[in-house]
Amino acid sequence: MKTKDQTLTVSIDRFDGTSHYQTTHDVPTRDNQTVLDVVTWIQQHDDPTLSYRFACRVGMCGSCAMNINGEPKWSCRTHVSKVVDAGSALRISPLRNMPILRDLSVDMTPFFDKWTQAVGYFVPTQTKDDPLPAIKSDDRDRAKANQSIECINCGICYSACDVVAANDAYLGPAALNRAWTLVNDERDGGAKERLEAVSSDAGCHNCHSQHGCSTYCPNLLAPATSIAGLKRQTLLNLLPWGSHDD
Amino acid sequence: MKHRSHPLWKAFVVHRISGLALALFLPVHFFVLGLALEGAESLNAALKFSELPFVKSAEVLLVLLLAVHLLGGIRILILELTQLSWDQRILNRSAFSLSVVIAGIFLWSAV
Repeated sequence: MKTKDQTLTVSIDRFDGTSHYQTTHDVPTRDNQTVLDVVTWIQQHDDPTLSYRFACRVGMCGSCAMNINGEPKWSCRTHVSKVVDAGSALRISPLRNMPILRDLSVDMTPFFDKWTQAVGYFVPTQTKDDPLPAIKSDDRDRAKANQSIECINCGICYSACDVVAANDAYLGPAALNRAWTLVNDERDGGAKERLEAVSSDAGCHNCHSQHGCSTYCPNLLAPATSIAGLKRQTLLNLLPWGSHDD
Repeated sequence: MKHRSHPLWKAFVVHRISGLALALFLPVHFFVLGLALEGAESLNAALKFSELPFVKSAEVLLVLLLAVHLLGGIRILILELTQLSWDQRILNRSAFSLSVVIAGIFLWSAV
């Protein structure tokens, strides 16, 4: 157990809009201290210019994601004691694969633009006056959608993906995971357009199955499995009889 | 770089490097086969060269690369084309272990 007079050395990768640099801070350690607590302490007591993003502080919103000792994680759900060995330092940097706005805040516009490009939105087939279709919870397609439906758009999978790092245009695991939930949604009418979008040059077939996305998803989703589903579905669609992933 | 320290990323690297190494080997392989067109003498000289100890050891590496690439490829096909809920880490470990066994059998039979 740490005492109040112990300090933790924290280095943060900074960006002020023109240049990249690093700052180092000595932060008092506390029991059950999270990385978000550390960053907040630095901003409140050491350097008020430090920019970072957070909202809920309890792992609901996904806005506090950052690279912690080289791994993308939610800072609010990452205890310092789990990522820092005794005597070693903590290094914090912004998420990869997105333009840095300032310090630890990244511009997520390209990330969300790709959701649109992947037709990651519901395409209704009925009006509000039609009766709601009854979908059983053990329906096969519903079960497949269920596996990927809890994404909260935190960008961790996108940051962990080396294919995104190598290819700016690649739609990325989050957008493709969202597309897979919609492909399995029987109320949705955008499957054809969506499968065309996800099998484009920048689509699911770029995935190298490195599983960085599934390894780091804090919600324990498996975007790599969703992408594999899209690969199967787009391949099956090439066949005259293959209109559905059986 | 720490985000790459999980087994499935390493499996990707092994698969990619073994593929590139095999691509480099293939022209040599076809060249030796092509020597047969020139007559038995030149082919036999090449085959005799392949009996040298260091070439033989390199062949063990080659068999390992082939096995790793083949089984790694089967692993990816299982992963992407089936909906079975495989434990990817076990699948990955099995593919690599079997590759080592295959290369070991080749080494055993060569010495």
